[in-house]
Amino acid sequence: MKYFLDSLGWTVFWGVVLTLILYNVVKYAFQ
Amino acid sequence: MMDFIQLGIGRWLHIAAGVMWIGLLYYFNFVQVPALAAAGKDNTGAGITKHVAPRALFWFRWAAVATWLLGALLLGKNFFNAFLFLNHAFYAIGVGAWLGTIMLFNVWVLIWPNQQKILGMVQATDEEKAKARRVAFLASRTNTLLSIPMLFFMAAAGHQGIFFG
Repeated sequence: MKYFLDSLGWTVFWGVVLTLILYNVVKYAFQ
Repeated sequence: MMDFIQLGIGRWLHIAAGVMWIGLLYYFNFVQVPALAAAGKDNTGAGITKHVAPRALFWFRWAAVATWLLGALLLGKNFFNAFLFLNHAFYAIGVGAWLGTIMLFNVWVLIWPNQQKILGMVQATDEEKAKARRVAFLASRTNTLLSIPMLFFMAAAGHQGIFFG
């Protein structure tokens, strides 16, 4: 559990954050 | 016939190869790395590094190539529309394609050469192995992170009206 929270948990968290940033860039900034 | 390749067997093969690639990527990150960390404590990891890791890496790196080539084939004449963001309709798949390309680079330039040192397929000193372990781990973890937006944009490109309408 500690391992998950320390590493993969953050990897997934930042992966989702990056997805949302790129989504908004493509949806709004590029139009 | 082109529709069949584009929408049928071509896309199917691209996705199947991608499942194998990313499936093994998740195996490395979610299963093998923590398993080897645990095995290091009682010296039971030899079977994994000898029998499992080389086979997993074989399918992993060639599935990555197959996925990328089939993706390029699917883009066809729109390859540059996607990669250079020349056409609004290809923005989503362009982002997905760039993420996939960065990930392919990580597999062949960072993960595979370093894994060969770690697994003893290529001669390396203990110091070189320690460095290789770190680089391969970070590249693999980065690909796990990038796979999340990559999958979103790959899937979103097929449903652009919903996501970018």
